[in-house]
Amino acid sequence: MSEMGQKKMSKHLIDFIDISKSFEQTPVLDEFNLYIRENEFLTLLGPSGCGKTTTLRMLGGFETPDSGQIFFDGKDITYLPANERKLNTVFQKYSLFPHMSIAENIAFGLKISRKSKSYIDDKIKYALKLVNLDGYEKRSVHSLSGGQQQRIAIARAIVNEPKVLLLDEPLGALDLKLRQNMQYELIRLKEELGITFVYVTHDQEEALTMSDTIVVMNQGYIQQIGTPEDIYNEPENAFVADFIGHSNIIDGIMITDRLVEILGVKMPCVDEGFGENTPVDVVIRPEDVELVEPADGYMEGDVTSLIFKGVHYELDVQANGYEWLVHTTKYVPVGTHVGIKVIPFNIQIMHKPESSDERAVEIDE
Amino acid sequence: MSKLKQQFLAGPYLLWIVGFILLPVLMILYYAFTNADGIFTLEYIFAIGSETNRKAIGLSLQLGIICTIICLLLSYPLAMILSRIQFKNQGFVVFIFMLPMWMNFMLRILAWKLLLSKNGVINTLLEGIGMPEISIINTPVAVVLGMVYDFLPFMLLPIYNSMTRIRKDWIEAAQDLGANNVTIFFKIILPLTVSGIISGIVMVFVPSLTSFAISQVLGGGQVLLIGNVIEQDFMQGMQWNAGSGLSFVLMIFVIASMALVNLFDKEEPVK
Repeated sequence: MSEMGQKKMSKHLIDFIDISKSFEQTPVLDEFNLYIRENEFLTLLGPSGCGKTTTLRMLGGFETPDSGQIFFDGKDITYLPANERKLNTVFQKYSLFPHMSIAENIAFGLKISRKSKSYIDDKIKYALKLVNLDGYEKRSVHSLSGGQQQRIAIARAIVNEPKVLLLDEPLGALDLKLRQNMQYELIRLKEELGITFVYVTHDQEEALTMSDTIVVMNQGYIQQIGTPEDIYNEPENAFVADFIGHSNIIDGIMITDRLVEILGVKMPCVDEGFGENTPVDVVIRPEDVELVEPADGYMEGDVTSLIFKGVHYELDVQANGYEWLVHTTKYVPVGTHVGIKVIPFNIQIMHKPESSDERAVEIDE
Repeated sequence: MSKLKQQFLAGPYLLWIVGFILLPVLMILYYAFTNADGIFTLEYIFAIGSETNRKAIGLSLQLGIICTIICLLLSYPLAMILSRIQFKNQGFVVFIFMLPMWMNFMLRILAWKLLLSKNGVINTLLEGIGMPEISIINTPVAVVLGMVYDFLPFMLLPIYNSMTRIRKDWIEAAQDLGANNVTIFFKIILPLTVSGIISGIVMVFVPSLTSFAISQVLGGGQVLLIGNVIEQDFMQGMQWNAGSGLSFVLMIFVIASMALVNLFDKEEPVK
């Protein structure tokens, strides 16, 4: 999949160059650089206040950067007003015009570009079909549910045939079941339309499900750019690891190549090139922790809590002064004395964050 | 039981309606359609056709419409600015604009008389800097000025309210779909404030059509509105039947104009 995708999306469509932006002296973005390729589904992922929405709003034309430039298809659009940009936005709160029917909402952009009546009618039909709401032309906005309103908002944007569709947490206000359905719908839409999607969310699952590329952001800095697999399997720092899924993140010392020491125990791993006796962050995913007989593990501990999660149990294991988060399909009652083991491949070694980015990779719990 | 109790609770309100609304209206109807001897007549209804009365209601309509238009033209941009600009304390700024409304309106009108009169404050100031005097006191211009000053908040407030209910993301969505500022105004802002404009028009036009105190003070007896004629009938001539007849006709005018205005208010209420 990624090889095919790679070929289709070779060209840079959007470039952010050295963008900085502050709101009332609070820096939101600092020397921000990012490119977005044609036909890519790119997700800006991060906690609130990380700058992801500001980035999207700059692309949409609702904010201007304090410094830096934004290029779209080779042209500088940094100061181009929103109504002259060839991209459309799906807003978080749907933002349908309440005094217009569904058809009038969808036709809004087409009427402004003075399309013929028959063209507009065809487009409305096509768009409603695309979002599975055929026959809703005459309905009023108030008579629609949140999910339906959001689909109309998408229809209203895509009838204008934008090269890029911007989506600002469009599923944020929907309930879980609807959100999951809409995720599949969005993926299908993206395939059918063959355009670039730039998506903003704080929901890591949403990002992993839909994206070709994920940009993890925190406090105005990009933490990591990569495919969902890269981000999940090879987080570059403790922030990404923690944000993408609850992980065990433990201070460690890289003794030498392929050997790390955590919680007073030396463990073999597969990473090299960190030097000798270097302080590092060690990330071990909860599903990668094996519970074995006390004598067979790297360290011994006691199960302190157990929650049934459906597919698996979620356990806390107190061992060597650290509370390990463990996912297992085995039932291990509270109080059981266990051994903890991790195979070398599943131990992720990461550099400790460095000076300028230090603030950015702090983990707020 | 609870239903009975609920009905009982509505009692005082019912009393109020009957005593202060229904009864007076019925009394006006009675006086309007009878003469001094209590015999049915349409004389006082048709009295509107007399030259004085025709002129008075014509002038009332004319000044009422002018006052309403001026209030609308002043309030709309003001409401737009008030709702759009991000003041630190927006409520306080609106409060400043509403402040005069809380003073007795007679006081405000008397203040204008002091300002505008021949040897009043404005003319003294103008004289002081060698400018020609203005003499609009006792003319329809002064009456309209007083009406606009008095009724402006009734136009401003409903328009401002409807303006603040326009969400910023609607404007952004319109921009996003290619609308320039002119399109945004005519397709989004204006349609969404129609209900506020309608309320404003009703709340300004009706009191200005029926006003008599303003024309009395600032018109100095030179500007005879239908309200003044009615007032004279009741207070000076003690002609309750004549006054009621004209009141009834004026009521018809008010109801008709409100119905006319409501014809244009077909918009669904904005949530």
